[in-house]
Amino acid sequence: MDSQRLTLLSRIKDSDIYFSFIKSPTAIVSSVILVIIFFCSFFVEFVAPFNPFDPSSLSLMEAFTPPSWSEKGMAKYILGTDGQGRDMLSTILYGSRISLIVGFSAILFSLLLGVTLGLTAGYFGGKYEMIVMRLTDVQLTVPSILMALLVDGIARGIISRELHDEMAIYVLIFAIGISEWPQFARVSRAATLVEKNKDYVSASTIIGVSNILIMFKHILPNIMRPVLVIGTIGLALAIIAESTLSFLGVGVPPTTPSLGTLIRIGNDFLFSGEWWITFFPAIFLVLLAFSINLLGDWMRDTLNPKLN
Amino acid sequence: MVMIVVAFVSFSLFNFVGDPINNMVGEETSDEERDQIREDLGLNDAVHVQFLRFTGNALKGNFGISYQLRRPVSELIAERLPATLELVIISAIIALVSGTLLGVYTGINRKGFLSDVILAISLLGVSLPTFVIGILFIYLFAVILGVLPSFGRGEVVDLGFWSTGFLTLSGLKAIILPSVTLSLFQMTYIIRLVRAEMMEILQTDYIKFARARGINEKSIHYKHALKNGLIPVITIAGINIGTLIAFSIITETVFQWPGMGFLFIQAVKFVDIPIMSAYLVFIAFVFVMINFIVDILYYFIDPRIRVKSEAVSG
Amino acid sequence: MKTKSLYRVLLTLLLAFWVSSAWAANTIKWSMQGDSLTLDPHAQNEGPTTMVSRQIYEALVTRGLDMSIGPQLATDWKATNPTTWVFNLRKDVTFHNGDKMTSEDVVFSLLRAQQPSSDFKEYISTITSVKALDEYTVEIQTKDPNPILLNQLSNIFVMSKKWATENFVIVPQNWDAGQETFSANNAMGTGPFKITLREPNTKTVFKKNKKWWGEVQHNLDEIHLLPIANASTRVAALLSGELDIVTDAPVQDLDRIRSSGDHKVLSIEQMRTIFLGMDQAADKLRSGNTGDNPFKKKEVRQAFYQAIDIEAIKEKVMRGLSSPAGIITFPGVTGYTKELDERLPYDVAAAKKLLADAGYPDGFDIELRCPNDRYVNDEAICTAVVGMLGKIGVNVSLNAQTKSKHFKELKDNQGDFYMLGWGVPTLDSHYVFHYLYETEASWNKVNFSNAEVDAAVRVMEGEVDLEKRNAAIAKAWKIVKDDIAYLPLHHQVISWASKRSVDVPIRPNNEPLFRFSNKRY
Repeated sequence: MDSQRLTLLSRIKDSDIYFSFIKSPTAIVSSVILVIIFFCSFFVEFVAPFNPFDPSSLSLMEAFTPPSWSEKGMAKYILGTDGQGRDMLSTILYGSRISLIVGFSAILFSLLLGVTLGLTAGYFGGKYEMIVMRLTDVQLTVPSILMALLVDGIARGIISRELHDEMAIYVLIFAIGISEWPQFARVSRAATLVEKNKDYVSASTIIGVSNILIMFKHILPNIMRPVLVIGTIGLALAIIAESTLSFLGVGVPPTTPSLGTLIRIGNDFLFSGEWWITFFPAIFLVLLAFSINLLGDWMRDTLNPKLN
Repeated sequence: MVMIVVAFVSFSLFNFVGDPINNMVGEETSDEERDQIREDLGLNDAVHVQFLRFTGNALKGNFGISYQLRRPVSELIAERLPATLELVIISAIIALVSGTLLGVYTGINRKGFLSDVILAISLLGVSLPTFVIGILFIYLFAVILGVLPSFGRGEVVDLGFWSTGFLTLSGLKAIILPSVTLSLFQMTYIIRLVRAEMMEILQTDYIKFARARGINEKSIHYKHALKNGLIPVITIAGINIGTLIAFSIITETVFQWPGMGFLFIQAVKFVDIPIMSAYLVFIAFVFVMINFIVDILYYFIDPRIRVKSEAVSG
Repeated sequence: MKTKSLYRVLLTLLLAFWVSSAWAANTIKWSMQGDSLTLDPHAQNEGPTTMVSRQIYEALVTRGLDMSIGPQLATDWKATNPTTWVFNLRKDVTFHNGDKMTSEDVVFSLLRAQQPSSDFKEYISTITSVKALDEYTVEIQTKDPNPILLNQLSNIFVMSKKWATENFVIVPQNWDAGQETFSANNAMGTGPFKITLREPNTKTVFKKNKKWWGEVQHNLDEIHLLPIANASTRVAALLSGELDIVTDAPVQDLDRIRSSGDHKVLSIEQMRTIFLGMDQAADKLRSGNTGDNPFKKKEVRQAFYQAIDIEAIKEKVMRGLSSPAGIITFPGVTGYTKELDERLPYDVAAAKKLLADAGYPDGFDIELRCPNDRYVNDEAICTAVVGMLGKIGVNVSLNAQTKSKHFKELKDNQGDFYMLGWGVPTLDSHYVFHYLYETEASWNKVNFSNAEVDAAVRVMEGEVDLEKRNAAIAKAWKIVKDDIAYLPLHHQVISWASKRSVDVPIRPNNEPLFRFSNKRY
């Protein structure tokens, strides 16, 4: 057991990825930032100083407290409070969790959909492949934000208001996810086409391994690298898309504010001097997206798949 | 073909999403009055009759009346089309020109300090949501510096079929912030695309040959390399316009630009189905046209593709 | 030669810019959140719609800057018997197209406002007949003696009969049926301004009516109405000088606007009280979790009342711009007294005890319905209320939505606990009781019912002896206040922000009168 772990560790240590990782300060810095953000967001109940959604802990009289380092700041509210007396830091962390959940789920959804379609299309070929690729072409021309708005608009019409608030987050995941899958489909199809003609696949076919097994056991691991790169960049796009929709007021309901919702609410206080209410969520969002993009950029260069 | 599908989707949207009557009438309207309106709108006819009527009307540019504004949708769209198109065209020009220039520069000077800065900023540009940039611009240029207007189109000149903001000073000033905001995201993509393309081309044999022949660097970069590097930019320019139209929804909301995107986002919030379906048909039409034009352009510009596509279809 | 023509082109362009900027010199650029819904003066009875119509249309009588009723198209009037009124019209009034305004136009307009598609038909439902006695005299008959007829007439605008006939708009635009009419985007009134450009939700241009009959007390050539939905964009545009006046300035930005040096802020107590309604008749709350209706018990209603820290809301949410209210009416209305307007004290401990006494020591679940674009900071007030009720153990979920949906769903009896605001255009308490307290009244969505109050309302309607009438009003207020039929919050204060050089007098009904407005240079 121990030796196994050791080999795994040493395998990682010896790999080219690890080598280029420790050589790249941007990669290290951005991953450290991301690890911190992910940790704080997912364990927000333990990390955040307050629970901003517990009404009994709020004090309206402490609303609009500026950040702690400014003159009127209070030590317990590091980044100040919003118009309802909620601690900004806690609110941002809770909001970032919503943004991350939506972002990750949307990407996971489009990854599953895209890879499955791409893999099977590349493997089976024929008319099926043609239809799938035609679909990706059409889907690629429709900008994600428009797709998401349409899905949301239709959902609003079909689902009743009470249900809509509960369903909003799923609608959002679907809406963002549905516009990202063609990237995955294209890449996995291309990779599958290359892998399919290699000897080991032919050999497996000859000895009678089932198609599904070949696809998922043999080909899939080989296309994970490009998929990972696309997924990382896609995550940044999904998070931005979510915040944009929430900013436009068609995203998650304000009772569970995401970063975009916080910026939209804070926007009302832009001129009144309470800059921290919109500034911190915005900075946090940019930091998050920028770090993911930096990491994605580095991965693209390192894993170097032919991506355009 | 695509248009028929889109027409059907938007028709279903119109008919099956929510009850249009409920959206239109107030609480005092009696059931008899509701039935009368239903009859007047032809909502009691068979579905295929309704679809044919919808398609016929759509071809004539008639999409019904907005639930929210109580005006014909075609009129609303026609009124707002110039605003959106002017914004999108200016943004596309900004994005293409500056994107290509910066892309070429960074492609040639791979290791320069300025290149690194441009690339870092471009990555930041991808990470900055459009609405954040817009708010930032308004705050900086309109409120703090007070040099550029923060909303609307300024004075417009009505040319009868087209109202343009290009002919007045205030109209020209008003388009600066929204168009730059809208173009930034696209610009970063073009920078990266052109850069990658340039780098690849500079590695190719014919450039090496050109160097060996002693042709000067400038001429190699701009005459030989750029010409080939621009081919993908044409496709991108096509998709670019479509994306810009979609992203103008955000820019128009932030800057209160009286275009179609602004109309659309209000329609989504109000579940104003006629506007939504008309917008959908319009966007689909634009995309189909753009793809068509790009395909044709491609076919003429790049002989390789001509050969390839013939091989595929043959 | 070539350079010469280039110069000429440049010069022309320069001239064009100079002329276009000079041409805009006497213009007030006005903005608010929404736009008028229609220019048809009888199709929609709604705030911004009336604000726009008020500049281009006029009525028989009107409220001046001090909100008192005075003559407008009628010079004088008298009641020949308790149900018959005779109005003498001005003889020097012309419509914007130059046609003379006569009694025919007035009769036509009043009858038009009574058509089924009119949104003012309820307003003047007591009028049984309108007829022209001669070219400049009009007689109006009402079903019963009507002490508030003049109030009602001040909102019925007069339009040209000839123009309406020529353009097929003799009946009002049917807004509910989505009708499109000529009158929706065009207007033919007698007012001090006329509309020369109309782009709904984008831009409306009003030009000075040079042939207006009245004494000109403004120096404007044009008004541009530029609605901007987003509050901070609106403030940004005001601060950057693109707008002259904003008639719904967000409270949080007032300090910033004042500090700019070039701008000023006018605030006035609006004729509107904001309150919360609690359905006290339903057997079971729609959104509750107790299986019964806690609001049936006065203790629960009082616990809610005393749990709300109205001063904190005033200071933090309203930035000091509100006056806490004890009743749903405000100074200036017949029946208002300072004593009635006193609130029960804010006391969390007492509230908790009341809740426990009522049998809900651990609180309960409930939904609070709120508009988010109707009243000043409506959603923020509700969010604050949610937090305050949380402290006495009541778990409130907030449902904030756009005004049209909020009001529609309230009308459909979907609200257990909701926010509403009430104005009193007639400046008489009867208006409040008639709509909010009478059994089965149209906006009595708390289902309050009290025989004594109903009897008092009858007295308010028929009693001519003012002393007896006032006594009935006072008694009714005491009953509803003691019973906590509603939970009053505050009287709303509205604020207009403008450039220092612009003088538009602020009025408690939030309607600007540009005929009294000036812009200095």
